[in-house]
Amino acid sequence: MTGRQRVPVALLVPALLGLAFLVLPLAGLLIRAPWGTLPARLAEPQVLAALRLSLLTATLATVLCLLLGVPLAWLLARVEFRGRRLVRALVTVPLVLPPVVGGVALLLVFGRRGIIGQWLDQAFGITLPFTTAGVVLAEAFVALPFLVIAVEGALRGADARFEEAAATLGAGRWTTFTHVTLPLVAPGIAAGGVLCWARALGEFGATITFAGNFPGRTQTMPLAVYLALERDVEAAIVLSLILLAVSVTILAALRDRWVGSAT
Amino acid sequence: MAATLTALLLLAGCGGTGDEEPAASGGSGGAGGDVLSGQLTVFAAASLTEAFDRIGQQLQARHPQLFVTVNYGGSSGLATQINEGAPADVFAAASPATMTTVTDAGNNAGAPVVFARNQLVIAVAKGNPKDVTGLADLARPGLKVALCAEEVPCGAAAKRAGVTVTPVTLERDVKAALAKVKLGEVDAALVYRTDATAAPSDVDAVEFPESANAINDYPIVVLADAPNPAAAAGFVEFVRTEGLAVLTEAGFQAP
Repeated sequence: MTGRQRVPVALLVPALLGLAFLVLPLAGLLIRAPWGTLPARLAEPQVLAALRLSLLTATLATVLCLLLGVPLAWLLARVEFRGRRLVRALVTVPLVLPPVVGGVALLLVFGRRGIIGQWLDQAFGITLPFTTAGVVLAEAFVALPFLVIAVEGALRGADARFEEAAATLGAGRWTTFTHVTLPLVAPGIAAGGVLCWARALGEFGATITFAGNFPGRTQTMPLAVYLALERDVEAAIVLSLILLAVSVTILAALRDRWVGSAT
Repeated sequence: MAATLTALLLLAGCGGTGDEEPAASGGSGGAGGDVLSGQLTVFAAASLTEAFDRIGQQLQARHPQLFVTVNYGGSSGLATQINEGAPADVFAAASPATMTTVTDAGNNAGAPVVFARNQLVIAVAKGNPKDVTGLADLARPGLKVALCAEEVPCGAAAKRAGVTVTPVTLERDVKAALAKVKLGEVDAALVYRTDATAAPSDVDAVEFPESANAINDYPIVVLADAPNPAAAAGFVEFVRTEGLAVLTEAGFQAP
């Protein structure tokens, strides 16, 4: 902070409007929340089932993303190869792609008549749509880019001389990766993982399109919010509050890394 | 999201017609005139999509100054949007229960009228490869069934018809349930006859006698806060008269 400066009104007014625009809808949730019946509503079996499923699938999706995303990020950050820029662009497509489009795309590949899904069905009797595994897949599809970008950034920021030193001391690439690189970028991986988990938790479009909506099996919190709105606004507000609380908790956990990094 | 979109369309519509409106209202001369103009926003059940698209086009052809925009969705969600202040002129619901949500909140102008009826059928893939002949077949092991969620009218109707099968998914509206049949992800779905009629190249419809217990009445009403009440009344009138032919062709029954 550079102390008290005179802030131009032309900047201050839109800045405050922008802040209000972001904060007011959240305040609206808190104002309209049926605080009196909140405990009873939270204890409803359907709410608990949706919350449990959301936490489970978001966690599994994050594990999947870590297993696939960290090596992918390493590839993008440390290996020179033709078409690397194209690969990096492709990796980030789900960031801007409407999730419902991702859901349709997943159906066409992993659905019962999809290119891979057809084979899975005939060879193993596995169908992914309408299963919890399908939810994990849909969430991982939209969340993976967040992890890859975060980890790649961490890898690029890390000092490569440690890896070079390890190599000169005779360590192989795998040993270097597991003993030098991973510990070096662990905070970046952790932050990416949390971000990825948060994105998976909020996933709606790809999930309802690819995995459908069935309580206890594929109905995650965002889907429960959507359907609750059809029946009962208060129920939707309660479910939204839970997701809001979880999101704020995550941001608090990430505070040092993303939010408060400048202070 | 749909509400926001409608609001934006509404704004765009107002901007576009701003300089034509005085001329139009001057020409119609108010009370006696039959010319409808301006932007008309209709909130309609997803199952009305094909019929209301055509009815809207017909009405616009008759009234070149009129712009009809329809926001289709699950009736209950639309009712919620209306009660939360979404700017709409007309509400056409797929069940009296969802209409009650709006009338109980006092957001209707006048009493709702039933303009069509719809019956459930079992939608199956073209040629009925799994040989589904009735409701009992849906309980067959290995058969994947999509139903509508009970929160939306097609799901409520399925319950009234006495459907007890365990579906693989409870879809958010009838069109989503039908889409899962079209994609081949489920073997059967309970949808309205009109939805099956609208997709003759993709699905076959299997009638079942129990659906007689679950005929859905479709009520329509002009909304209290309608920005364009004259056009709203004109639309409702048109649906109930000339629109009937379109509705019947789409597979609806006359009220």
